[in-house]
Amino acid sequence: MAGIETDKRAETAQPKLSTEHLTVAFGRNGKTTPVLNDINLAVGKGEFLCVVGPSGCGKSTLLSTMAGFLSPTSGAVKIDGEVVNGPDPRRIFVFQERGVFPWLTVEGNIEFGLFHLPGAERRRRIIHYIQLVGLEGFEKAYPAELSGGMKQRLEVARALAVNPDMLFLDEPFGSLDSITRLTMRKELLRIWEAERNTIIFVTHDIDEAVQLADRVAVMSDRPARIQGIVKIDIEHPRDVSSPSYLELRDGISQQLGLAHKI
Amino acid sequence: MNSLAEPRKWERVFWPVLASIAFLALWHFCVIWSHTKVFPSPLAVEKGMLELARKGLLLRYIADSLRRVALGFGAAAVLGIPVGLTLGWYPAANQVVNPVLQMLRPISPLAWIPVAIVFFGVGDTTAVFLIFLSAFFPIVVACVSGVSNVPSVYRRAGRNFGLNPAQLLARVVFPAALPQIIIGLRIALGIAWLVVVAAEMIAVDSGLGYLVIDARNSGKRYDLVVAAMLLIGVIGLALDLCFRRLRNIRSVRWGFRNEW
Repeated sequence: MAGIETDKRAETAQPKLSTEHLTVAFGRNGKTTPVLNDINLAVGKGEFLCVVGPSGCGKSTLLSTMAGFLSPTSGAVKIDGEVVNGPDPRRIFVFQERGVFPWLTVEGNIEFGLFHLPGAERRRRIIHYIQLVGLEGFEKAYPAELSGGMKQRLEVARALAVNPDMLFLDEPFGSLDSITRLTMRKELLRIWEAERNTIIFVTHDIDEAVQLADRVAVMSDRPARIQGIVKIDIEHPRDVSSPSYLELRDGISQQLGLAHKI
Repeated sequence: MNSLAEPRKWERVFWPVLASIAFLALWHFCVIWSHTKVFPSPLAVEKGMLELARKGLLLRYIADSLRRVALGFGAAAVLGIPVGLTLGWYPAANQVVNPVLQMLRPISPLAWIPVAIVFFGVGDTTAVFLIFLSAFFPIVVACVSGVSNVPSVYRRAGRNFGLNPAQLLARVVFPAALPQIIIGLRIALGIAWLVVVAAEMIAVDSGLGYLVIDARNSGKRYDLVVAAMLLIGVIGLALDLCFRRLRNIRSVRWGFRNEW
């Protein structure tokens, strides 16, 4: 099975990203609150990992630390075997659509990270990524004129335009309506299948995680640990009513201690 | 008219014009009915203005006032924006300077008149200096708050794409703070226009402020006093309208909600 092969490769080859005894604590009013406790994770090259957990458990802290915006209290994040010391254009953090720059047009936003490239190559990338995320015809539009879903696609396009080998997505579709959210998931999978970046995707939506991920890391309440890693070995496109899908989804719900009935 | 209905084009011109005519009529009849000997009627003011225009003083005084504001306000912007951006960028520096700034800010520029005269003598420089002072602090304060209100996601995004601090300031922080800076400049220009009148009353012998005080002192020409007042009002309004057009620039439009 394809799933198992990827897994073997991840075990033998060097992981793209690994966290080693990663602990993060915040100091406030003279006392330190532990947020992440001894996180050990290995993510393979080209893998799509979802992180789920109860709200406020430290998922975003984990993602910010992996991206280099926060420093670990102890332990380390390694990417390609090197310790992460700060943010890097090779790995882009995608905020909800809040990260697009309102003073730049769609083109201007996508061009933002391309300042070191020659003009022709810039043009080529702008055209390619506008097309990839389906924003043709909006090249000169400002973000205020776009819908939430379009802004989100713009932010993804801006991130992809610098050819990052990793993407960090922090509940990227959280503020979108449920229809747009479904479309965006499909789009993201399509883009990922075309570009094969390593993606770490934080969400509190179990369905979203099971629909998208190769593996789902389930986090516990604070101070967060990795409570379990669930492998989703269902081929894309996934049938959300298939027994294997429902079984995996319910398994994760159970790990999080959620009841089956409301 | 209901408050939600968009006024029609002719209405947007018609009603303000009608209100202005009504105001002039009210003024005119108040002067007639009260038999005042001091306060001039609108017609007397108009005659006064024509007299000034004939002597060539009208345009000269307007130009002098505008020139002083342009110099003082321009210097305040050229100096105040970098200072404000720097203080906003380095919160530690702001903490050191802020108490002094906050203490100097409430001092009316008019209180500086004696000091300014000692430094610069009675003349143009003093007037320009007072205008500079009046505009400088609002600009600095607007820039500091503009920079410190830049959402951290923008800074993070900028750093993520590999910008060095100078690039981050130029390409993220400045454009993100620009709408607030423009608001600060607009407020500062309004204050500068108020202060030029006062400065011209004491320091120089030309300009609209000088016209007010000179018309009263040399022959109690209240028609000229009121003419100067009206000119000050109309030019102030025109300056403000020009400034308001800046918000239509598309790269700052996002920062303004409807009215400001």
